[in-house]
This record gives sequence, structure tokens and C-alpha cells, in this order.
Amino acid sequence: MLKIKLSKLPILFDALSDKNKLYIPADTKGGARFLQYENGMTMTKELNTVRSPKDLFFPQTENLMDFKLEGKKIEVIDTREECEDFVIFGVRACDVRSFEVLDRVFLSEPIDTYYKNRREHGVIVSLACNRPEETCFCSTFDIDCANPEGDVASYICGDEMYFEPLTEKGSELLLNLSCLSEGSEAPVYECKRNIYEIKSKLPLSTLSAEKFGKNMTEYFNSDKWDELSEACLGCGTCTFVCPTCQCYDIKDFDTGNGIKRFRCWDSCMYSDFTKMAHGNPRVSQKERFRQRFMHKLVYYPMNNDGLFSCVGCGRCLSKCPISMNIVKVMKKLGEGKDE
Amino acid sequence: MQEMMKKKAIELLQSGEVARVLGWKKGEFDYDITPAVFESAEEIENEFIYNSLCSPNLSKYLVKESRKEGKTLIFLKPCDSYSLSQLITEHRVIRENVYAVGIECYGKTDADTIKEKGIKGITKITENDGVLNIETLYGTEKIPVYEVLRERCVNCKSKKHPVYDELIGEEGETVDDCERFDEVAKIEAMTPEERFAFFRNELSRCIRCNACRNVCPACTCEKCVFDNDASGIAQKAASDSFEENMFHIIRAFHVAGRCTDCGECSRVCPQNIPLHLLNRKFIKDINELYGNYQAGENIGNRSPLTDYTQSDAEPNIVYERGGKDNA
Repeated sequence: MLKIKLSKLPILFDALSDKNKLYIPADTKGGARFLQYENGMTMTKELNTVRSPKDLFFPQTENLMDFKLEGKKIEVIDTREECEDFVIFGVRACDVRSFEVLDRVFLSEPIDTYYKNRREHGVIVSLACNRPEETCFCSTFDIDCANPEGDVASYICGDEMYFEPLTEKGSELLLNLSCLSEGSEAPVYECKRNIYEIKSKLPLSTLSAEKFGKNMTEYFNSDKWDELSEACLGCGTCTFVCPTCQCYDIKDFDTGNGIKRFRCWDSCMYSDFTKMAHGNPRVSQKERFRQRFMHKLVYYPMNNDGLFSCVGCGRCLSKCPISMNIVKVMKKLGEGKDE
Repeated sequence: MQEMMKKKAIELLQSGEVARVLGWKKGEFDYDITPAVFESAEEIENEFIYNSLCSPNLSKYLVKESRKEGKTLIFLKPCDSYSLSQLITEHRVIRENVYAVGIECYGKTDADTIKEKGIKGITKITENDGVLNIETLYGTEKIPVYEVLRERCVNCKSKKHPVYDELIGEEGETVDDCERFDEVAKIEAMTPEERFAFFRNELSRCIRCNACRNVCPACTCEKCVFDNDASGIAQKAASDSFEENMFHIIRAFHVAGRCTDCGECSRVCPQNIPLHLLNRKFIKDINELYGNYQAGENIGNRSPLTDYTQSDAEPNIVYERGGKDNA
């Protein structure tokens, strides 16, 4: 266990950012967000960021390639940016799990090399949640916010921050950082004990996902979707703040003398999502709404050894304009079902 | 108030006067209130809620609900009533199928505004005499509603209902000393460079979730041009860093003269962009150039932008209003 005084954190940030690009959760007018560290920047006191750290592996828009036309010749130009090593500091346990969810999509064949490139260069320093909030339900998905995963786990105990390397990458990151000193494990145990005490009081601590990840046809045909989706505005807020939503669209942009092919996040809530020559396979908002929750709670776990593609971060709970969210869906759909 | 509303809703449902009720539904916590359609007395009894946290404007849901069989009862706060009036003017809501109950309102709050005060981990909110008692995982807080009102309520423009079939509570008046244009005036006083930088900074946070557009009662096109593949301008992503900015500017132009300033756009923005400032600038300009005009104030009113009078401002007004220096 290594430690540093919280007041000395800027020294650590400066040291880390000397070697790598460093991202920390910092306050902006739009709420906390992972920003590239610059000298003088401080870490937010908010529990979590509004936009998730998936942005750093899977950005909202990304150029894939350019096509240059000369007469009848088409030249294909690889436009991917070289990726340097980078560190994401202060990632919560729920968001760390989201990377596993994304990995299963992007790193299975055919491998998404754009994603893989960033993933290989990223080092994750996670942070335990001393003050979880009412919208948190990570334990529903067997995530432990007192024991976050990642390359290095960190803990804030009183006026000190403790670090525990969990992987080789993590050990390497902490090597030769003279601002860190050896610390005992006792304060970290105390910190975890406090977290467990609060966790047991969380209003969603008893929410179970046991009923999901199966019974696909039954859930698909449930008559509860009408009521659940009736107020949905069809906006993309839930999908864009979600750490695990990974759908994207690929489009061509005509630059006048060539084509820029880019991809951008898509949302199943949008009317032209997966639109094909014949139109959109999901013609109503109810069908589009159902898709989002079926994907997270049923399709994804059925295809991924029971791993749910929700991590209980609670972003959709706080950001949905009409306060409809996955917790309400789980409770309503699960009514009267045996576990 | 809530009990009177529930009683009214049940009475009208049971008499067959209305087929459904548009109201607000309880959530997991006391603040996560969802707009909902109630069809039985039982649903109303168990799930209907009305309190200082019922922020969402329900009027836009009538575009769909008023096309169903039978009448829809809707509860309207004064600002929501302006939206309904404008929607009726635009023939987007079928008036005959609506039973509008106006309710008095002293301003609303919501979880975002409360949490901005640093109150986190909210497990229970009760309200007594205008004071919120907020239980959290980390202790209890008491805070008067007026200290956590949304900006649109602090600068409330009117407590009167332009359209209703009946009222619960007292009818109010327009607020003459409303200061809603003060912020716009501050932005107008900036240099063009400062103003440009201000909006660039605010709008650069846009994630293009479309929540502002989708919640907006003035945005009721069957198919938005930005969703129409065939339009050639539909984009889910910005092709350059100015595109998001243009989206909001174009939208503000599109609703100019029709926006009632209900403030839903800013309420729903997950990135806290003060979108209402763009709309208010248009409203302020219309007031100054064509005489005071409030969209939604009277059903059937023609907006100065879709009307002509001899006293209308001439296009060269642009030069007199400071555009010259930039020309």
C-alpha cells in the first residue's frame, strides 16, 4: 500500500502527467467530467462524472478513414491518430466494470482496432466510493464500490489517499514516484468498513437482477412496456451518459474533394436507429424503448455468460428528463416473477 | 392541493366526462416524478402526485393524447397553460378533446437544483408550509422551496392561465416586474467577441441528445429535419465543432415567435446549457421591434413574425442595433 497526503495530490498529478496523458474527473459548468490534467486542475468532489469515462476509449465521434478521389482512382487513407499511453484517474468501480462490458463487444472478433488501440494504452486508477448516493445500485450487478478493480485501486482515508496496484501495468505506474510513501493497511480497512455500512442503507441495495438474463420472449411480449414507455421523449440522454451503451453509426461526410468516413454514437431511442432500406425495424417509441432495456437486461447477458450490460452507476436515474429509468423498468417488469 | 386534484380527477373519470388523466406519477424517490396517463381511480389513488417537485410541462403530451378517443384531463401550471394555448393556436392539439384544469403554482424545484446545493444521497423529501424536509444518507436538511426554485420560476412571467376549463386554487396575474430579460441584457452588453465566446463555451458541451428539442412544446414537427436522412443535413454527430452551435441557433429561430418561454429546454439539458437564453433573446427582440408580445397569451394570436403591420421594423434596423461595426 502506498499513500500520499491529499494536499500533495497535485504533486502526484504533475508527476503522472509528466510521463503520460492524465485524465482526472474535474468540475465543469456541465457537471464533473474527465478532463486532461493541466497544472492547477483539481479533482471534483462529485461522486461521479456526468459523461462516463467510456468517452476515452470510445469517443462520441471518430474519424475512421478518408477517401481521396482522383479521376477514377480512389485512395484510402488511414486517418487514425497515434495513441500515447494515458492514465485515467479516479474511475469508480461501476465504470471500471463498464470497460469489461465494452471489451466483450469491441474486442471479440472482428476486433475493433480503434478501440483496442486506446484500451491497450490506457491505465486505470480506480477510486472507492466513500459516499455513494441514492441512485447507486452497483451491488445489483455484483460490483463492490469498496473494492474497485482496475490497474490500481485507490482509497481516500481521512486526509490521505492510498494506492494498491492490482496489475502489472498498475505496479509499473506507481514505480519511482517519490511523492508516494509506504502506508499501513489499517486505514483502508476502516474506509471499506464505512463504505459497507452506508451501502447497506442505500435505498436500492435490495434490487436484484436475478430475474433477468433469461425468459427473453416473455419479457419481450410483456404488456408493461406500454406504460413504461408512454412518457419517453425519445431523446438520447440515457444512452449518451450510459457507460455501457456502445451502439454507433458509420457515416460518410462529403468534403467536396473526397470523403471522410466517421463513426458516431447512435441511440436506440432515435427514430432512425438501425434504419435500413426498408425503414426502421422498430417503428414506435415503445419498441425503441424496449430495445434499450432488453439489450441491457436480457440479450447482452444471454450472449455474454450472464454479464449484465448495466453497471448500476445511476447516471440515467439522475439525467432522464422525465425520470424513467432502468430501475423502474426492472421493478415493473419483475413484478410477480419468481427469482 | 394534491388531494383536491385527485378528487377532481377521480370524479371526472368516474362520471365518464374524461377517458384519461395526464398528471405526474410518483417515482422511486420523492423527486423522480414521471409524466403519466392515468386511466382509473385506483391508479390515481396510488400513484398520482402533485408537489413542488412536479416540474415537467405536460402540455406537449396532448399532441398525442388529444387524438385518442374521449377527452383527456390535463393539469396545467400557469406556464404549461401558455404552452397548451400556443399548441391549440398551431392546431397541434384538438381543443375539444381536452379538459384543462388550471392549478395554482408558486414555483417548482427539482433534484438537480437541490443537489446543486450540495445535498446528496436524498432518500426522502416531504414538504410542509413551503419548506422541504430532505432526508439523506448523510443526515437531514431543511430548505425552503423558494431557495431552490428553478431559474424560470425565480423569474416567473405569469401566474395566470390563458386556457382552462376550470381552476383549482386561485388565478394569478402576469408578473409585471419579472426580471427574465436581465440575463439577456447582460449578454447584449458584451462585445461581439465576448458574446461569441460565451455561447461557444456554453454550446460546446452539447452531446446532441436532442432532449431540448424533444421536450419543447414548440417543436412538434412530425419529422424533424435533423432526423430526416433524406434532408442531407441529418447528422448524429457534428462534422465540425460549430455544428452543435448551429443546431441550437437554428432551433431557436424555428421556435421564434412561438416559444412561450416555458424553460423546459434548460431543465432537461444533461449538460446544463442555458438554452432558454437564446429563446429569450428572440422574445426580447420581438418585444422591442414589434411591441410586447407573449406567445400563448391568447388562443389564435398571430405572432408578429407571421403577421404584417405598417409599423413593423424595417430590415435596416440591424444597422442601428449595433450590427454596423461587424458588417
